[in-house]
Amino acid sequence: MWAAQLEVAARAALDTVYDPELDEPVTDLGFVRSLTADDGRVTVHLRLPTSFCSPNFAYLMASDAKDALSALPGAREVTVLLDDHHDSDLINRGLAADAGYRGTFGHEAEQDLEELRGIFRRKAHTAAMERALTALLRARPDLAEEQLGDVVLGDLPDTSATRALLRRRAALGLGTAPADPALVDDDGRPCPRGEIPLRLRFARSVRISVDGNAHFCRGLLRTRYPQSAADQSMRPEEFPAGGKPVGAGEPVPAAELFRRSAPAKENVS
Amino acid sequence: MYSKDGENYFIVDAHVALWDARRENQRNIHGKQFIDCFYDYHRNLSPASELWPYEDFLYQGGERLMKDLFTDGYVDHAIFQPAHLGAFYNTGFGQTEEAFALTRKHPGMLTYNHCFDPRFEEAGLRQLREDAARFGLKGVKLYTAEWKGDSRGYKLSDPWTYRYLEACRELGIKNIHIHKGPTIRPLDRDAFDVADVDAAASDFTDLNFVVEHCGLPRLEDFCWIATQEPNVHAGLAVAIPFMHTRPRYFAQIIGELLYWLDEDRIQFSSDYALWTPKWIVEQFVDFRIPDDMTGEYPQLTVAQKKKILGLNAAAMYDIEVPAGLGLAEPAVV
Repeated sequence: MWAAQLEVAARAALDTVYDPELDEPVTDLGFVRSLTADDGRVTVHLRLPTSFCSPNFAYLMASDAKDALSALPGAREVTVLLDDHHDSDLINRGLAADAGYRGTFGHEAEQDLEELRGIFRRKAHTAAMERALTALLRARPDLAEEQLGDVVLGDLPDTSATRALLRRRAALGLGTAPADPALVDDDGRPCPRGEIPLRLRFARSVRISVDGNAHFCRGLLRTRYPQSAADQSMRPEEFPAGGKPVGAGEPVPAAELFRRSAPAKENVS
Repeated sequence: MYSKDGENYFIVDAHVALWDARRENQRNIHGKQFIDCFYDYHRNLSPASELWPYEDFLYQGGERLMKDLFTDGYVDHAIFQPAHLGAFYNTGFGQTEEAFALTRKHPGMLTYNHCFDPRFEEAGLRQLREDAARFGLKGVKLYTAEWKGDSRGYKLSDPWTYRYLEACRELGIKNIHIHKGPTIRPLDRDAFDVADVDAAASDFTDLNFVVEHCGLPRLEDFCWIATQEPNVHAGLAVAIPFMHTRPRYFAQIIGELLYWLDEDRIQFSSDYALWTPKWIVEQFVDFRIPDDMTGEYPQLTVAQKKKILGLNAAAMYDIEVPAGLGLAEPAVV
């Protein structure tokens, strides 16, 4: 594969690596400091908003990046380096040796990262569900909160918010069929009618938390590395003042919508 | 005191520090990284007119602190919430002797809260008793992400922490402030996780637990716990400066806090010297929920602002509120 082709493929592969807490690709967040591809050798430098960013998340993103890049057919040798972090040396050594999380952090890592990843996948789903259903409530003033229990996925308009919800349901192993209820708990169970307002209210605070962290981390990254502003893209699910979702596309057939929502890779959350 | 539009506000800054992060006090690279991280918070969330040069940020000293808080910043009473961070700084980050001396020099204006670390076990417990007597402690600040040897953190629910909390109860230290914010080390023992506050608040219902930074970046976990535990309070440090750069996000935070907790359990903090209180007090008094968001969140009332800016913390710390500066009904803690 030509170097230029490999670089394009590598960048696309990094689009599938998410910050678990912010629920956004590391590429959109500006966390990719540099990427070079030469003669099958791919080298990526990652940077984070502070030296003290959680090391387990840092490791998770860096190792996901290495996995995604190593899966590319043209990549013979993949090096992922985390810059300017208080655990840079430790993490970079662990990545180079493919030592795994526990092999990298030793006694400090008592559990596997999958449990942590699961927590944030559930939060990402809750936040995505709130975005989609709140948008629906705004678009249809006739709809009462309590009626959201009757809303199925097929009732949702084709917007970036709906597509994001379907991706997060798929990542959690929840149903994505048009007839599946839209408002469900972490295990995919519908919510009892009387609990719907509280469930929605809690989901809202989860979404505010995720959005707020994204604002803060994006801002801090720009403060730390002013040149990173050029690398950050607008959040796809951002709702401006009017409450209308940005990037709402033309309606497409439901079947097409559900086909598109299938996750590209296991590490897409 | 701050006055605006005929209203007088009694101001308690419930989370300030007198720190020393100068190079000679940095024990290692982490000491530099830590203060640099704080400086980035300062640069990221401050109005341009309030930005400090890096050198000023490393250390302020008592005189400047008094000027920034009391002369310029409208503060009537401030509470020290020190972080020790002995693994990063030679004499610690928070300057105990300097801060306590300042408290003695300005009685009635400053309260010194100290810190403890349950990993010192019996020796730390003895020290806590001495500290309580010497400083007249009403509160402590716990930094559960503090490094100590191979340990990169502890939890409020650890058996040794419970023994310290039992001692607090016995010594009259009723206000337990816990840093649950965006700095961050422990791995599996996740310093963000506020679940350990839930356990401690349930078992020590006679103590107040003030979650500093109101659980950010896990606001929802904090709200869920605080809804169920009436002795859990929110400290607005780091959250309140979002008011300037991200007013809509701040509206959501304060709106959620008022919904899940109530107006008696939220405390103003500048987190000096991360930020100075002057502009935060001015902007908070002027703050309005944006018009298009009032369907989700009711507008803040003057009484709510008075409670948040000072009356809540005054009640918690038995700080006397001058006549005319309280509310018709006293704030309840």
